[in-house]
Amino acid sequence: MKPHTLSILVENKAGVLSRVTGLFSRRGFNIESLAVGPCEEPDMSRITIVVIGDDEKIEQVMKQLNKLIDVIKVSDLTDSERVERELALIKVTAELGTSRAEIMQIASIFRASIVDVGAKTLILQVIGDTDKIDALEKLLRQYGIKEFVRTGTVGILRGSKTVTSGK
Amino acid sequence: MKTGAKILVESLQREGTDIIFGYPGGVVMPIYDELYDSSLRHILVRHEQAAAHAADGYARASGRVGVCLATSGPGACNLVTGIATAYMDSVPIVALTGQVPTNLLGNDAFQESDITGITMPITKHNYLVKSAGELARTVQEAFYIAGTGRPGPVLIDIPKDVSTGLSDDVKLPEKVTLRGYNPTYKGHKRQMEKALDLLAHSERPLIYAGGGIISSNASPELMEFATLASIPVTTTLMGIGCIPCHHPLNLGMLGMHGTEYANFAVTECDLMIAIGARFDDRVTGKIETFAPHAKVIHIDIDPAEIGKNKRVDVPIVGDVKAVLKDLLLLMKKQGVHEAWIKKIKHWKQHHPLKCPANGALHPQFIIRTLSDLVKDKAVIVSEVGQNQMWTAQHFCFHNPRTWITSGGLGTMGYGLPAAMGVHFARPDVPVFDIAGDGSVQMNIQEFGTIAAEKIPVKVVILNNMYLGMVRQWQELFYDHRYSFTELPPVDFVKIANAYGIEGMRVESPDEVLPALQASLDCDGPFVMDFRIEREENVFPMVPAGAAINEMIGGHPPS
Ligand SMILES: Cc1ncc(C[n+]2csc(CCOP(=O)(O)OP(=O)(O)O)c2C)c(N)n1
Ligand SMILES: [Mg+2]
Repeated sequence: MKPHTLSILVENKAGVLSRVTGLFSRRGFNIESLAVGPCEEPDMSRITIVVIGDDEKIEQVMKQLNKLIDVIKVSDLTDSERVERELALIKVTAELGTSRAEIMQIASIFRASIVDVGAKTLILQVIGDTDKIDALEKLLRQYGIKEFVRTGTVGILRGSKTVTSGK
Repeated sequence: MKTGAKILVESLQREGTDIIFGYPGGVVMPIYDELYDSSLRHILVRHEQAAAHAADGYARASGRVGVCLATSGPGACNLVTGIATAYMDSVPIVALTGQVPTNLLGNDAFQESDITGITMPITKHNYLVKSAGELARTVQEAFYIAGTGRPGPVLIDIPKDVSTGLSDDVKLPEKVTLRGYNPTYKGHKRQMEKALDLLAHSERPLIYAGGGIISSNASPELMEFATLASIPVTTTLMGIGCIPCHHPLNLGMLGMHGTEYANFAVTECDLMIAIGARFDDRVTGKIETFAPHAKVIHIDIDPAEIGKNKRVDVPIVGDVKAVLKDLLLLMKKQGVHEAWIKKIKHWKQHHPLKCPANGALHPQFIIRTLSDLVKDKAVIVSEVGQNQMWTAQHFCFHNPRTWITSGGLGTMGYGLPAAMGVHFARPDVPVFDIAGDGSVQMNIQEFGTIAAEKIPVKVVILNNMYLGMVRQWQELFYDHRYSFTELPPVDFVKIANAYGIEGMRVESPDEVLPALQASLDCDGPFVMDFRIEREENVFPMVPAGAAINEMIGGHPPS
């Protein structure tokens, strides 16, 4: 059982997201993360879903996804060379004259940027794969995380290979 | 410019629809007004569930797409069981529902329900139409999706202002193309060669034939393949009829209430060729012990069925008819499998299905008498429960699409309304609904429809005054504790008479044939109330979760 990153190209139509997510819950899959947005084709969207399961279960869910009329293509990026990124915003307690400097140092190690400076808080923006974001979150916990929000993973194959409709 | 309602009716007719089953209500009134003087025939049912089942029965018996129509809210919700029934058995129907006007959508308006949301998991696809201009295209797509690939139900939700809205005729493509929907029809050549290679090395091959053979009209190809290669055939509940009952290679049904010899053959075969079947748990019993010595070839149009429940050695994705045709072309030499065939013949002789005869009125005897009487000149529909299993076991089916039953969902109340639909697909033969006293009461209001429309359905009620199948489980597995399964006696003949339908009560074996004959002699519908042995059981039986060669009411292979 390992996380699989599925890239799903869909018709950009009302209800398509609920068709896709409904299928996951119906068949007993927990979605770890989900990201959806427009893509290179104007009338399609791309959904990236990270899901944990054994290979057989993942194969079954991919086949079921393929049966949805509005799903154009499904690919499992997991075993391919790929780039995966997630963006997180972390609001962390940082009162003046206390841990502020330390936090900013950690941020720079993680190449996170400070996107907001308040009297009692800082907001860090970090981009990376899931592990990196998890690591940063863990480090910042000691200072007090007030709010933590992440986009969910998006992924893309390296090189010239693509997940497109092929038409 | 035309109204959406007119476009809808014309679109249905363009798709070849000649009959729809429906029930009116507020938001479909524009459509009903259009139907008022249309040549499209409309049958008014007494409950929307029956409209869906009737469309389903029509589709199963004819191979064409069936159509039903209901209003929004309660009407649409009443279709749900019927749509789910069609979905589980891969039956092509198009369900049309009215919806509140688009400006009220999402407002909890009067009789609004999110029927596309509700039916998402039980339709192959569904649509909420937003303008009259989309209607023609949507209907064309819906029929295409319902009837191609692995067939299934498609729902079109039509807001009232779409029906009343105006649009010019839109030009439709000759052929529908959908970039997210491209079923594979042709099998992969290399895979087919591998399959034939396995077959050439097999000593004990077995075909496990499912409903896919019926829906792709592949019986002739199946028969040719089985005969040429000399492979015995066992059928699922849904596959019954794909090979004549008396054919020497036919082993009858397998699984929970399968024949002993079919289940023995599954356990002993060294090659299983699954065709248009899906390894359902009612078939396999304990999956780990299902066909334990066999390599498995699985032919199915739906790639998601392959490897879903059982590991497969050679998958072949494609339309089973096309694949069987190609296999016949590629097959180099005929098979013999003499020892295997002989063994099976021996099993068949020594483990026949039992038909008790002790002077009491037994359901098996009724089914066999009906079978002998009508032979291959009837379509048999069933309800769900013991009545269904006795019919599957004891009626001798000769042809595909003559056995119509709710397999996957097991919907009590399916039979009577489905039989109405079957009649319009096959007006040339009598249609029998083999019913239980419980099931028939789930849609008994359809006596009103068959009476009003003079639909000559013959209802055979196997009346045990029990929810028999549940009682059987209680007897066997719950220590005879008959918890809420006894039904007080009902005078079904009186009910039939109240609707203006003729009927007859039958209490002894010698009255069976005359009653069945009387039903055939009657031009219209006819209801027979057979007071059968109350605690008759369906045997053999594989207890849930057991291996399929461990049957109650059987004995080990001799
Ligand atoms: C709608 C529905 N509710 C409940 C069941 C569960 N069930 C399966 S068989 C059965 C009993 C059927 O009784 P009857 O129609 O009298 O048939 P019999 O088994 O007695 O022949 C029941 C309750 C079902 N299949 N469908
Ligand atoms: Mg009963």
